[in-house]
Amino acid sequence: MSMTTASGAPKPKIWNDPFWRGLIFQGALLAAVLFLFAGAVINARNNMQARGIPTDFAFWDRPASFDINQTLIPYSATSPNSQVFWVGLLNTLLVAGLGIVLSTIIGFAIGAARLSTSWLVAKLATVYVEGIRNVPLLLQIIFWYNVVLGNLPNPRQAAPFLDIAFLSNRGLFVPAPVFRPGAGAIGVALAVGIVGAIGFRLWAARRQRETGQQAPVGWVSAALVLGLPLIAYVATGRPVGIEFPQLKGFNFAGGQRLTPEFVALLLALTLYTAAFIAEIVRSGILAVPKGQSEAAAALGLRAAPTRKLVIMPQAMQVIIPPLINQYLNLTKNSTLAVAIGYPDLFNVFSGTVLNNTGAAVQIVFMTMAVYLVVSLVTSAVMNAYNARIALRER
Amino acid sequence: MTRTRRPLLALAALALSASVALPGSTAWAGPTLDAVKKRGELVCGSNPGIAGFGLPDDKGQWKGFDIEFCRAVASTIFNDPNKVRFTPLSAKDRFTALQSGEIDVLSRNTTWTQSREVGQGFEFGPVTYYDGQGFMVRKKLNVNSALELSGASVCVQQGTTTELNLADFFRTHNMKYESVVFATADEALKAYDTGRCDSFTTDMSQLYGERTKLGNPEDHVILPEVISKEPLGPVVRQGDDQWFNLVKWTHYAMLIAEELGVTKANVDEKLKDSNPEIKRLLGTEGDFGTGLGLGKDWAYRIIKNIGNYGEVFERNVGAGSKLKIQRGLNALWTNKGLQYAPPIR
Repeated sequence: MSMTTASGAPKPKIWNDPFWRGLIFQGALLAAVLFLFAGAVINARNNMQARGIPTDFAFWDRPASFDINQTLIPYSATSPNSQVFWVGLLNTLLVAGLGIVLSTIIGFAIGAARLSTSWLVAKLATVYVEGIRNVPLLLQIIFWYNVVLGNLPNPRQAAPFLDIAFLSNRGLFVPAPVFRPGAGAIGVALAVGIVGAIGFRLWAARRQRETGQQAPVGWVSAALVLGLPLIAYVATGRPVGIEFPQLKGFNFAGGQRLTPEFVALLLALTLYTAAFIAEIVRSGILAVPKGQSEAAAALGLRAAPTRKLVIMPQAMQVIIPPLINQYLNLTKNSTLAVAIGYPDLFNVFSGTVLNNTGAAVQIVFMTMAVYLVVSLVTSAVMNAYNARIALRER
Repeated sequence: MTRTRRPLLALAALALSASVALPGSTAWAGPTLDAVKKRGELVCGSNPGIAGFGLPDDKGQWKGFDIEFCRAVASTIFNDPNKVRFTPLSAKDRFTALQSGEIDVLSRNTTWTQSREVGQGFEFGPVTYYDGQGFMVRKKLNVNSALELSGASVCVQQGTTTELNLADFFRTHNMKYESVVFATADEALKAYDTGRCDSFTTDMSQLYGERTKLGNPEDHVILPEVISKEPLGPVVRQGDDQWFNLVKWTHYAMLIAEELGVTKANVDEKLKDSNPEIKRLLGTEGDFGTGLGLGKDWAYRIIKNIGNYGEVFERNVGAGSKLKIQRGLNALWTNKGLQYAPPIR
């Protein structure tokens, strides 16, 4: 017996209705997946408990009892394991963040150099790219650490650079700024300068659109960003000094020390990723049709404005998406720190803390989640930037 | 045969083995001994390379004090010391490998601690080697005591009690230092050798072995201070008492053999001995093997294939080796040492 609706069309059985059928099957699939997942979690927990393996997060507040040689936040052997997590995370973010900035700068320079009309410059850039990107990263990290930095002299015979920086097998020692009371004013001046410069740029751009008049944006920006902090520095009685490293006992004291592990990892990650970025930049620039630069030349634009206003905006469309991949790769590759003992998150947290506490499942899942979040945030930021510069078709 | 595996793989195996098991049952198909017999070989977690304790020789054969313990376990099960597969593990990976069931027993100079036994689901067998932590430095630094190491960089292996003791020692004596931590002992030693660190720290026994690997062993001295207790021995998973007993009594059998003067060379002669203690050890009187899941000759097999504790000690780390370590704490209790076995009866 089939039911009929008011309109007279026969109403299909619920399992024949595409909408309801889809819902039922998808619901069943979801339930099955959830059931399997929950079953796996509960089983794993029961079995681990039966064998005396910790399944809770009690380890989080227990003292870590070991030392770390590079910490951006206060840490000692009596700090809890949670502090190890933050120390490791910050060390990861430090090397990944600096690596992203430096590899972008080097990568863009090398990528442009490969397209240089100078035969020598172009070939040197080619040698760099082909040499670096065809050697495994782990090998490069070990090369920098053991072969280059490992063979530097000890601190007592450190190689001086103008007597203010020292290179030794204990690391790179550089002068460090010392902030005295009143130094905050300089920071405020810097912030005001940056905001002012951005405002001036916006104002100049609008005026140029409306009246065609150009303003010396570069000079005014430089004056605001550099000049204001300088005035503040003098006005507040020079509250920032510089501390130089000095040899004391086994090692240098004072100044800022960059450990060989940090330097080796940063160098290797930066140079390796820069080679890939260079290729991305080159392909991006080559993707802009030749007619674009010819048209710009026909309009009377010189080489520099052509690059800045015509080529690069279009090249960036091609460059950004694969560039995001390189940033994510760099961040994930930073886990290779474990090979040379740089205390990143993977090394100290899912290495030492895991070993000391036995909470393998919790710690590995936490670490994976962190890398996932960092990668998603990186790509979200870059995607937003990509959307902003996307070509608007008119 | 050697095989190395990644820790994450072991972890995946752990999660998988835990999740496929039926609810309410443990993850193990049966007692470890059954699994080992069925497989036809013992899988033993070993040290990737410490002279005297666990190191493959130039023919790829594993040699060393900890290695011979695994061979003794294999001997008592299969009457063949070669039915062992060694899985070299770094300090950092060893516990995951044992938890996940990748190895049957861990014999890798592992320190017995309260938290490892109670908090991580392990059983520690008897102490096969009583050790303590020390420091090695370059002679030319003119350092004579660990208490003069303030401000030094110290190379250490990750995930070890050594790393924790190091932090304790410098904290207790209110000295500053920099710990430079590596995943393997080899990397830590190499960094010390290239000058990254002023000092290298690990258990005393290993310091002597590791020193022989350095370019110029005479340029390095081992400082006199012993800063910790390091009772080293085999480790098994909790929850299989029969297997735990088998591992324990493998060591005890070797100790009792030494105490009674039964050696690899004279064990066949001693089968005819009238001493009741020797008779019980070698299985000519009573049956002490069934409870272990083995035959009456369980201890005879160990001594016939491997020898007694003293023989193993001397040829791997003692007078018959390059290390020339004294028995010290590891002498039998009858010789003022700490090695003491319960009686077989």
